[in-house]
Amino acid sequence: MGQANRVGVYICRGCGLGDRLDTAQLAQVADREGKADIVREHEFLCSESGVAMIKQDVASEAATHVMIAACSRRSKTDAFNFENVALGRTNLREGVIWVRPDTDEARETTQEMAADYVRMGCAEIKHMQVPKGNPDRGSNKRVLVVGGGVSGMTAAIEAAKTGYEVLLVEKTGVLGGMTGALYKRVPYAEPYGDPQDTGVSALIEAVDADKRISVFLNSTISRTSGAPGQFSVDIAKESGGTQTENVGAIIMASGFSNYDANQLPELGFGKTPDVVDQLGLEQLAKAADGGVIQRPSDGKAVTSVTFVQCAGQRSDKPGHLPYCSGHCCNTSIKQAMYFKDANPDIDTNIIYMDLRTPGNGEDFYRSGQRKRVTFTKGVVEEVGVANGSLQVKFKDLILNEDVVADTDLVVLATGQVANSGVDIDADAQATQEDKEAKVNQIKIPVESILNLQYRQGPDIPHLRHGFNDSHFICFPYETRRSGIYSCGPVRRPMDIAQATEDATGAALKAIQAVTNASLGRAVHPRSGDLSFPTFRREGCTQCKRCTVECPFGAIDEDEQSYPVFNESRCRRCGTCMGACPVRVISFENYSIDTVGSQLKAVDMPDEFDEKPRILVLACENDAYPALDAAGMNRLEYSAFVRTIPVRCLGSVSNIWVTDALNAGYDGVMLMGCKRGDDYQCHFVKGSELAHDRMTKIDDTLQTLSLERERVQVYEIAITDIQRVPELINDYAVKIDEIGMNPFKGF
Amino acid sequence: MTDVVATNETVLVVGGGISGMTAALETAECGKDVILVEKEPALGGRVAQLYKYFPKLCHPTCGMEINLGRIKANPHLRVMTMTEVAAVDGKAGDYSVSLKVSPRYVNDNCTACGACAQAVTSEIEDPFNYGMSKMKAAYLPFNMAYPQRYVIDSSIIGTPEADSAKAACKYDAIDLDMKEQTITIKAGAIIWATGWRPYDAAKIQPYGYDRFANVITSLELERMMDKFGPTGGKFLRPSDGKEAKNLAFIQCAGSRDRNHLKHCSRICCMASLKQSTYIGEQFGEESDASASIYYIDIRAIDRFENFYKAVQADPKVKFVKSKVANITEDPETGDVILHGVDTEGYHRYDNRHDLCVLAIGMEPSVDASEIARGVSADMSGFIEFNNDGGAIFGAGCATNALDVNRSVQSATAAALRAVQVINRVSAAES
Repeated sequence: MGQANRVGVYICRGCGLGDRLDTAQLAQVADREGKADIVREHEFLCSESGVAMIKQDVASEAATHVMIAACSRRSKTDAFNFENVALGRTNLREGVIWVRPDTDEARETTQEMAADYVRMGCAEIKHMQVPKGNPDRGSNKRVLVVGGGVSGMTAAIEAAKTGYEVLLVEKTGVLGGMTGALYKRVPYAEPYGDPQDTGVSALIEAVDADKRISVFLNSTISRTSGAPGQFSVDIAKESGGTQTENVGAIIMASGFSNYDANQLPELGFGKTPDVVDQLGLEQLAKAADGGVIQRPSDGKAVTSVTFVQCAGQRSDKPGHLPYCSGHCCNTSIKQAMYFKDANPDIDTNIIYMDLRTPGNGEDFYRSGQRKRVTFTKGVVEEVGVANGSLQVKFKDLILNEDVVADTDLVVLATGQVANSGVDIDADAQATQEDKEAKVNQIKIPVESILNLQYRQGPDIPHLRHGFNDSHFICFPYETRRSGIYSCGPVRRPMDIAQATEDATGAALKAIQAVTNASLGRAVHPRSGDLSFPTFRREGCTQCKRCTVECPFGAIDEDEQSYPVFNESRCRRCGTCMGACPVRVISFENYSIDTVGSQLKAVDMPDEFDEKPRILVLACENDAYPALDAAGMNRLEYSAFVRTIPVRCLGSVSNIWVTDALNAGYDGVMLMGCKRGDDYQCHFVKGSELAHDRMTKIDDTLQTLSLERERVQVYEIAITDIQRVPELINDYAVKIDEIGMNPFKGF
Repeated sequence: MTDVVATNETVLVVGGGISGMTAALETAECGKDVILVEKEPALGGRVAQLYKYFPKLCHPTCGMEINLGRIKANPHLRVMTMTEVAAVDGKAGDYSVSLKVSPRYVNDNCTACGACAQAVTSEIEDPFNYGMSKMKAAYLPFNMAYPQRYVIDSSIIGTPEADSAKAACKYDAIDLDMKEQTITIKAGAIIWATGWRPYDAAKIQPYGYDRFANVITSLELERMMDKFGPTGGKFLRPSDGKEAKNLAFIQCAGSRDRNHLKHCSRICCMASLKQSTYIGEQFGEESDASASIYYIDIRAIDRFENFYKAVQADPKVKFVKSKVANITEDPETGDVILHGVDTEGYHRYDNRHDLCVLAIGMEPSVDASEIARGVSADMSGFIEFNNDGGAIFGAGCATNALDVNRSVQSATAAALRAVQVINRVSAAES
């Protein structure tokens, strides 16, 4: 094991700790019970002299483990920052004196609380090691971009410009994607007046000119395995033959397919060639090339055209898209201009529910108005054919009347359907209700895009409506597959301008992923974390819970069903550790023992002391900061709680809960984030899984003849600063009602 | 403060809101050195003042906590608060930036114990609450403020109040002799993420923001929802402190208007839809409280449509397609009366409400034309992207009216553009 651990415990007397607590007694606890090798008090530990004292001990006393008994681990992080030392923090300020009244009556229980936190800190630090970084690291820095449309080409060009080699794989025989099929695009710089050149040829030229970009046309990805820094992919050519390449990160820019307008017979599509979708109109515009667009049925120059917005979109009807595709209002304005610019006398009518031209699109809208495009707020009910002309039947919402208008050509503004591959959650989780709901859902192409050889399925999980966005507002790039980033309309409906920006950002994330993978570090949200999970093979029962529950698909299985940890895919949340029924998974600085030993270190009063003990396991990102802020606001809560921060509620092992109950705790409060559709868990599934697992605790409680209330799960937001102390206090009352845990003292 | 080490391989990020924090972190997590400057005493920017985000109705400080954790863990990133850019000189790969650092009068020793605030009695307007409440002149800007360090307001410097604050501090953290400093640093690339400010509502004269107490902005309503905010988390009318149960939301307040902001501010429809859900949160879903949203178009684009549908299904919320003509006040009750025409069917209305919320438009905090040579501004003063070879890149709402998700995309893209420049500089130097 190399050099022996030497534990230094440092007790701060600043911020009132010295006035409120008997720190000499705490030092004695650290020494006698905590068995610390060095124990020191300091009047102001985070000061230069306090920090110097600790550094001195590291240098000359060979302290390898430092436990700071002072403020919250979230405070004074700059001061308490030591290299190559295992660092523990125990929270006597926000967690003890700031939540307790400064009265004679409270002094004893406050001191007991502080002493327990010192015991807990001492217990934890002994089980911690300085993380060394993931040894199984790959240093391949090439970026694979899947999809050769505007998003993919932009990502490729931007990554190459940053100095990285890129493989650009495109399914068809040409680059350009959907934008390549356009006559012109909507402007995205001032003066927002007229349709612009699509810019696709310039992008293709830039791709071709860049020696760092290798283009694979007529190709798809038939296999992807590995991890960030060491992916292996098979690029399959349509003509046969496969090429295996190694890459460090992957950008999925597989774009969208046009909604199938054949599903809209009521709007005349398929009944006459004079009803087209927006893509169809682009083809007509390309053919006309600035001249007057001709009607497909008879070649007659169009004299009037009607645009039907939200065709099969923003609709709950079966087969329709429930969402808005975002770009179509601007696109219809642009297409109306194709007519107006060729001949201002052509009638162009855009029938819309809400005209959605956000940002500077408003100026483009104004330009449309200047060009005399007509905008009608209405809902189109039917498009029919009569007397050689099309009839658009709609309800005018302003005049509140039904109107039938004749027109030469109808353009349906249909939506974008994501090319997001296989919906891996669909079958795994399908409940009956889901299956019924599926009937009403959009058809999604089911060919896999990435063909991931991952335990959890071949593609990135979908979120809603087939898009694979992350669902995070603050962190839109964080997919649930490390080192694989999606961009463009595959992750949410978007226009060319947004896709360009999105692709540039995705290129950054890919580069960041390969940089961190080569250093053995985690990426978001525990960026830079060098710890990684290891497991004890001898103890593993091959139950597969870790491989199934990992929110990031990081764990595969070998042929004997043992887990294969792909450390570079791991986000270090500890969900696998929480899942493991036989406790064989651990991190160097976070394990069954780091937490288990803490809760066992608490001095458990006997049944007749009338001092219950409540264990709080709190998510370190939301519940724990809320508890800290409660302290900052001096909101009081029960002196009977002992709080342990956890990386994620998903990392909570049932054994901690049963150990706590066996050790005599009277109650356990699990504080995690919101779960469900609008989950707020930063590890996506952690709080959900914790909740599911705790339903099993009920059985354990029953067999122990303990009340269900002894274990409670709470959804806590970081803003629940007042609520958290209230919950604790209410719970303390509840425990008082149901009485002490009968296992105390056994 | 003078020991700031920066080279032409350093990226300077200006603005510490969600965009600036993101740009700084994404750059630093690629291993590049970053200096993040923020003019306020704490990071967080506009989003820290929001109660919830749409569409998930989650709290901005949650994501901020993650970002703060990333900042604390990253040795490549240095944060400077109360710092503004005074001037930018130079060119891509070789900028020289002069920074004005205002005195906080509190140094690194501060433990945020709060003793100074207890010692001080003077109160000042709380800018975090848009002046709707007062706070002590020695303060921590808000609960989750980072750096977690107090500020002594300059208004009490030279008074006995400042001396009391200093005397109360046991840690020698208060330095009343701090002076404004100007320092010059090098930078290879600059990410400009100074964000947005609400359009001056008083300029929309017919709505009487400056005349009627019960006309407020959407941002002020956000502060009212915060339990630590000016109203303790309740919808209280500024005129009489009574609970407001019948709200009006006026969309496009300042936006989409030739007389004010020509652009659509993009977020305001979703902001009002979001705020309409606060009514249920305040009074219960089954309550008789209500809201009317006066709109031109509801721009709940792409996936937000789900959210719009959910609000449409809420019987407490009514939608009126109308640009409100003007507002009058009932002097007896303080109620506001909205006048206009419902264009769906052309009905005139004179609708009485307890409180009117202006879904106020966004304008850039800093006019892009004033940033530096080579930075071009659009008609609204947002930074326009161009490829003129400069290395000052806009991010977030400095570039356009964006929601948080898009701001983060924009900031991440800006980070890459900055990294490209730094890589070119490194290659040239090695």
